[in-house]
Amino acid sequence: MVNFEQWNGFEGRMWKEEVNVRDFIQKNYRPYDGDESFLEGPTEATNKLWGALQKLQKEERAKGGVLECETKVVTSLTAYGPAYIDESLKDEEKVVGLQTDKPLKRAFMPYGGIRMAEQACETYGYTPDPELHKIFTEYCRTHNQAVFDAYTPEMRLARRSHIITGLPDTYGRGRIVGDYRRVALYGIDQLIKFKQEDLANCGDGTMIDDVIRQREEIARQIGALKGMKEMAALYGFDISLPAKDAKEAVQWTYFGYLAAVKTQNGAAMSVGRISTFLDIYLQRDLDAGIITEKEAQELIDHLVMKLRMVKFARIPSYNALFSGDPVWATVVVGGTGIDGRSMVTKNDYRFLRTLENMGPSPEPNLTILYSPNLPETFKKYASKISILTSSVQYENDDVMKPYWGDDYSICCCVSATQTGKEMQFFGARANLAKCLLYAINGGVDEMLREQIGPAYAPITDEYLDYDKVIAKFDTMMEWLAGLYVNILNLIQYMHDKYYYEEAEMALIDTDVRRSFATGIAGFSHVVDSLSAIKYAKVKTVRDETGMVTDYIVEGDFPKYGNDDNRADDIAVWLLKTFIEKIKKHHTYRDSEPSTSILTITSNVVYGKATGATPDGRLASASFAPGGTPSYGAEQNGLLASLNSVAKLPYHWALDGISNTQTINPDALGHSDDERVDNLVNVLDGYFSQGSHHLNVNVFGKEKLIDAMEHPEKEEYANFTIRVSGYAVKFIDLTREQQEDVLARTCHTTLTK
Amino acid sequence: MEKVIGKIHSLETFGLVDGPGVRFVVFLQGCKMRCKYCHNPETWSFDGAQDREAGELFEHVYHYKSYWGNGGGVTVSGGEPLLQIDFVTEFFRQAKLKGVHTTIDTAGQPFCEEPEFLEKFDKLLSYTDLVMLDLKEMDDKKHRSLTGYTNENILKLAKYLSDKGKPMWIRHVLVPGVTDDENGLKEMADFIGSLKTVERVEVLPYHTLGLFKWEKLGIKYPLEGIKSPTEEQVKKAEEILQISKYN
Repeated sequence: MVNFEQWNGFEGRMWKEEVNVRDFIQKNYRPYDGDESFLEGPTEATNKLWGALQKLQKEERAKGGVLECETKVVTSLTAYGPAYIDESLKDEEKVVGLQTDKPLKRAFMPYGGIRMAEQACETYGYTPDPELHKIFTEYCRTHNQAVFDAYTPEMRLARRSHIITGLPDTYGRGRIVGDYRRVALYGIDQLIKFKQEDLANCGDGTMIDDVIRQREEIARQIGALKGMKEMAALYGFDISLPAKDAKEAVQWTYFGYLAAVKTQNGAAMSVGRISTFLDIYLQRDLDAGIITEKEAQELIDHLVMKLRMVKFARIPSYNALFSGDPVWATVVVGGTGIDGRSMVTKNDYRFLRTLENMGPSPEPNLTILYSPNLPETFKKYASKISILTSSVQYENDDVMKPYWGDDYSICCCVSATQTGKEMQFFGARANLAKCLLYAINGGVDEMLREQIGPAYAPITDEYLDYDKVIAKFDTMMEWLAGLYVNILNLIQYMHDKYYYEEAEMALIDTDVRRSFATGIAGFSHVVDSLSAIKYAKVKTVRDETGMVTDYIVEGDFPKYGNDDNRADDIAVWLLKTFIEKIKKHHTYRDSEPSTSILTITSNVVYGKATGATPDGRLASASFAPGGTPSYGAEQNGLLASLNSVAKLPYHWALDGISNTQTINPDALGHSDDERVDNLVNVLDGYFSQGSHHLNVNVFGKEKLIDAMEHPEKEEYANFTIRVSGYAVKFIDLTREQQEDVLARTCHTTLTK
Repeated sequence: MEKVIGKIHSLETFGLVDGPGVRFVVFLQGCKMRCKYCHNPETWSFDGAQDREAGELFEHVYHYKSYWGNGGGVTVSGGEPLLQIDFVTEFFRQAKLKGVHTTIDTAGQPFCEEPEFLEKFDKLLSYTDLVMLDLKEMDDKKHRSLTGYTNENILKLAKYLSDKGKPMWIRHVLVPGVTDDENGLKEMADFIGSLKTVERVEVLPYHTLGLFKWEKLGIKYPLEGIKSPTEEQVKKAEEILQISKYN
């Protein structure tokens, strides 16, 4: 057992024997079930810094979304010396550390792909040093090049037709959450010791692939830990030893995260579950009278301010998929322990408070691990913050805890991962709506008019027959699932090889659990299409080649989103069928396959590339996002729609089922108190049915329209809305996506 | 028990302003009043309704109980629910068997003091926790012009509920230039003050969101050109009606 004087006052033993932050938290945290009245507002320093940062954000927007791009220096842990939000205010910054040498400046990250790194620069008017091009093409391979070298022609076709897209072959896969708390709790030197033990115990001397790879990876992790120490030293901190107080704990933890975002540009770069952990330090200092509540809040405000500043240089096709410049610096709050105690601490309130102290913001992606059993006071405060800012999302702790324990993080928008114990292979989505069209047209792509899928016999009937369509769809999905898993196997292999996340993996157990995430796009449209074929009559419209290009629906049919089992049973069937097909295949490094029904903002891009569907959706029209029912499908109000989504078993979509709903404030109740109580009731009702996720937006259509017309208005600078699994500043969305958001059902109730 | 069929216009699973808490609202089809500002004119006729049996419908509605918490429940609105009193009674009876809070949202027009009606009405009240009553206009002449019917029996209904000790929410739709004259509102305030069981008074600002339905039905909209009241107008009406005394 090791011991440090920095641990004075902490209880427990197991976490001193091994790296075990969960045990430390369980032995030391203090649940809080009071209300928010203890919270403090922003300090003068916070206001000054936030003011300076907002000015920079304004400049960034004025310059088309990017303030500055690096063109010479290749990013690394120690590529840059210390940098601050504002040199003249640097003494006010209680938490320090930026990705580059200037605030909001985007680093040059070539390892995912030199072409993408260059294109990102060029898009915003910067010319990268030609020397970099030479280095990363002639001397050094990148992930992107390796993947494309190994792709089969079939894989390239599937990618081009968008039946599988959004693949992490042009950007970092992300979704790996280092246990950044370890830096604070153990200090880097102890973490290196633990990893050195792992290296010594890796393999029995027989050099098979797995052992060789593992040994190299551990060595790289140790290198990254040493790099983190140097990085912190540049800012004047020695992080060799454990943090001795709350200020250091916040700073050390942030350094861990900073190491990740300096070296990786993953699609999602989550922060993890740090709130309860940090509360233990804050509470120890508060009890000892070393800090005040005002100072505690300031630390969290400043940490969150840093998380609001994380930026990556992205290419246009990436921005189309994931609009609004998100990084998914997801931070979870709330949750309950295995022992039944609420894990809500005062710090969970402090994190939510940042949205009041510094206004609404899409990042960090604040996620409430919700259970009807959380303290009523906390549920009400969360609900109040939702109504005020539309900036938080809710996920069902009661369904996730049995799978991931009580120390999981959200590694992306909504997907759970065990903190420090697990990594995820992120794998975008398969377009099942297009797959259905392939089933009907015998693998011919309805947009490209080329044979993309296998040339199975097409359906030649004038009217679609349900059983026939299902049989063909099943076979086509079988093909798609196989191809999809194999594309991902290839991508993950190359990512490990050429763009390994050593800084994050250094803060994860060596004996890591791996999950293999797949995903579904076009979910609601497939369900409604199949329902139309089953319960109404669907007539095919063919072009001169006999290909079906459109569908005419005769009669009514039940739609997903109305709590009608006729449609919802099809939804459940579709999910189960797809995940079972995925599971048949070998997945890279014996990872555990899962799937998701979440599309981020890619529902627009996927929809664009997909022809008309039998549910009446027009060609190129946006899909409904994630597991959300199609726009306009629901007839019976929000709760019927929620009930339909709640029927999808989380068990079959362990990577998550996102649902986004917008409620008009006037429809939510007459007074502020009523609105808060009503929203809590909705959340309790929805989550007690075993559903997984809910984004809640509270605003009217008028506000969206006004923001579209007058984006320059001060009030819209930070106007944040939840989309699928994350939040964005509304004015940062493309016009197309703004219109998409507007088109979605806004829940209002017309009554007398 | 004989099966009681109701003529249903639509269902709203997420009603938050039609009674306390989160409510499942059943809109019934059919109303005799022809209020000039009606935003649901498609519920006037009994045609086009969906037939649902009370027990079966309640079973469906009861699926939503997880959303109701301690305060929510079911509301029957319309159309005019009192025109289908047997159905509402049976629906509410089923709800009370499960301890669900029941609210009826009525304009009161079918109310009369005939013994046969009162017998039925008392039975309905025995299963009703809250009555939301629309008071449209105090002046009978204006009321007739606005709705096509007298308000005499409606005011009697309010009195009757008060005497029976039945909790009430009073609602008044504020239409600028039509239902917002100061004297009329004062008279209404006095009347409401004479009732013993009013728990809340609400001013509902007139809106034109239902206008398209008139066009769709091919009926000329009588209030063409009238705008929604301003916030100040609403606030003034709320003051006259002394809503803060109740809410």
